[in-house]
Amino acid sequence: MNWFEIKNLQSVSLNEIPRLPIDDLRNQLIEKIKCGMRLVQLFAEKESDGNTLYVIVADDRNSRLGVASSKIPVHLSYRSFSTELPCASLFERELFEQFGIRPDGHPWLKPVRKGIAGVDPAQTPFQFFSMNGEEIHEVGVGPVHAGIIEPGHFRFSCHGEKVYYLEIEHGFQHRGVENLFIKKNHHSTAQVMLSESLAGDTVIGHCGSFVRAIEALGNVSVSRKAKTIRTIALELERIAVHLGDLSALSGDVAYLTGNAVFGALRTTVINTTMSICGNRFGRGLLTVGGVHYDISSPLQETIGSAINHLEDDVLLAGEVLFSSASVLERFEKTGIVEKETAKEIGMVGPAARASGIAIDVRSDHPFGAYESFPVHTLTLESGDVFARAYIRFVEIQQSIKIIRDQLNNLSDGELNNTATGLQPNRFVVSLTEGWRGEIAHILLTDHDGHLKRIKIKDPSFNNWLALALAVRDEEISDFPLCNKSFNLSYCGVDL
Amino acid sequence: MLDLLKLRKRHGFQAIADIRHAIVMDTHRGFPVIDEAINNNDLQKAIDICPTKAITGNQASIDLGKCIFCAECERASNGAIRFSSDHKLGTSKKDHLVVTSGMDYTEYSTSAIDAQKEIHKLFGRSLKLRQVSAGGCNGCELELSACGNVNFDMGRFGIDFVASPRHADGIVITGPITKNMAPALQDVYKSISDPKIVIAVGACAISGGVFADSEELNREFLDTVKVDLFIPGCPPHPLTMINAILDFIGKKK
Repeated sequence: MNWFEIKNLQSVSLNEIPRLPIDDLRNQLIEKIKCGMRLVQLFAEKESDGNTLYVIVADDRNSRLGVASSKIPVHLSYRSFSTELPCASLFERELFEQFGIRPDGHPWLKPVRKGIAGVDPAQTPFQFFSMNGEEIHEVGVGPVHAGIIEPGHFRFSCHGEKVYYLEIEHGFQHRGVENLFIKKNHHSTAQVMLSESLAGDTVIGHCGSFVRAIEALGNVSVSRKAKTIRTIALELERIAVHLGDLSALSGDVAYLTGNAVFGALRTTVINTTMSICGNRFGRGLLTVGGVHYDISSPLQETIGSAINHLEDDVLLAGEVLFSSASVLERFEKTGIVEKETAKEIGMVGPAARASGIAIDVRSDHPFGAYESFPVHTLTLESGDVFARAYIRFVEIQQSIKIIRDQLNNLSDGELNNTATGLQPNRFVVSLTEGWRGEIAHILLTDHDGHLKRIKIKDPSFNNWLALALAVRDEEISDFPLCNKSFNLSYCGVDL
Repeated sequence: MLDLLKLRKRHGFQAIADIRHAIVMDTHRGFPVIDEAINNNDLQKAIDICPTKAITGNQASIDLGKCIFCAECERASNGAIRFSSDHKLGTSKKDHLVVTSGMDYTEYSTSAIDAQKEIHKLFGRSLKLRQVSAGGCNGCELELSACGNVNFDMGRFGIDFVASPRHADGIVITGPITKNMAPALQDVYKSISDPKIVIAVGACAISGGVFADSEELNREFLDTVKVDLFIPGCPPHPLTMINAILDFIGKKK
């Protein structure tokens, strides 16, 4: 039986999704991934007589998504996908944690969020991978870190300064958001607000992904104007975080000029977002059916001149940063993720593009205003800290150009259209290219047209393993630099 | 080298010179003003749409500890509730976070923070804080980091975030306090030597915010300590945070 072919944001009936026996599903999935498709999501939904497993793969070159499902009776285990597909590993750990579905032969089966977080260390049945040897020692960091950042636990196995292995433990931020969405079914505004707080550094990315999914399920049309404003906000978010990252990367190699200059530039960008919607992170801007705030023509000019000014500053600051020998010395050949590895573990976003993988949801599975103009996917080959820093520098310039074009494109039109109820028994996949990479929101409705399941994937879910691999054989003192070059979300994974 | 000098010149001096009197852009949503003459119909619409149940009907009031400043109530109430850009919202007492109809910003902000002599003596010239993100979405964390950047430069007042609780005079909590972070938060608090202060930043830390209904929270910690300073917002603006802390340690206005 063939998998059901859909596009990004296409709402389909749940009955149309084929149900395969689990072994067929496994074989077909392996074949598809080997043919170059990408695993987007592997999740389950609880039903009265067991669990239904859904698999979504992306055919990026043809802008198609493939969906299939399989019924897994309670207490039945299945042959793990991860033995053939490393990219499925974390998804299977999540299935194990949320539904008790046991993948036989999984190489490292432990929960994603409840391994050690909140548990008395003496009580947890889950171990860290440990190495033996006379001079091997372990370094544990977190959950509370030195700076003002989210909590997570890192366990390094080292020989002297050299890192042999890093295991990353999540779960400290687990707020139960997927259940909370369902709990708030009778308050659609509260659901939108919740989507803004999935990851506070990706407000427009996550909220945009959620409202587009709701619009698809409710057949709500969005005006060209609202789409344009959403695009401007999303690109401003990308620029702001990338600038913040360049600032922090400069700080991590003690290059204080870069630290100060990029930090100040970031402030101008988030203040531009605030001039549109009253919040530095874009909160309150998006709503189901459009946006709440307009970009008037005086504001259009202000933003236009702000980004022109920004462009000059960024070019100059980037020129200075990337020609500094002391910076390059630390950035280059540090924390390399090879292209093959990146592909195997299913990396996404700028980190994947820095390793030479040409994927970008904006061009592969366009949404909103991106349907009407091409976004050129930018890649670099070296996969090191330098590449992950430099790709940010070029993406900032790309985003500035997009914003400039979109500002000139602001047409007349409704800011937002009224939302109606959702269609019953539907299924939709909403992909968005946030600044970190592919955000996936998958929504299922029940026969009354209420959400019965929402599955959220922050790009961090795909990329944390890349960080663990990047620091192998590096000195432990390079960990902060490697970590910053990915800048992954803790709460995005913990949900 | 020439480029570097050019960059330095363009960068110039970025710090906001007078933090105490700086104003925030007028699009910013700060102190909400409730029209004294708000009618029941508009009020009910505002109550219904509020995602965090911050608005109550008895006396028409908004609890800033719950409010996420989304402005849905402003639209639903036809402007009978209106967000001004006034940003000094920090308070020493939780009750004080409740804004009632007719209350104006001056009335709210003048008595919001009582600067105690003892606190001023201890921390007036140096306050080192340990931040704990206990389920925070990274919004409050980013704004707390921004307090130390070249624009806001909170370090000039002797206020810094430090890496170890052993070096800290107090704790800054963000996030709704998840079950999984509750033990770590407790440990950090215990590791700080007395006398110590507790600051709750953001709607999540103060009330649970948008996550208040979640079963994955454990907010018992807050029952066991006295919170000295509440800084509302989602997230609070850096100027809201810095001014609240400066008021608290008794810095001149």
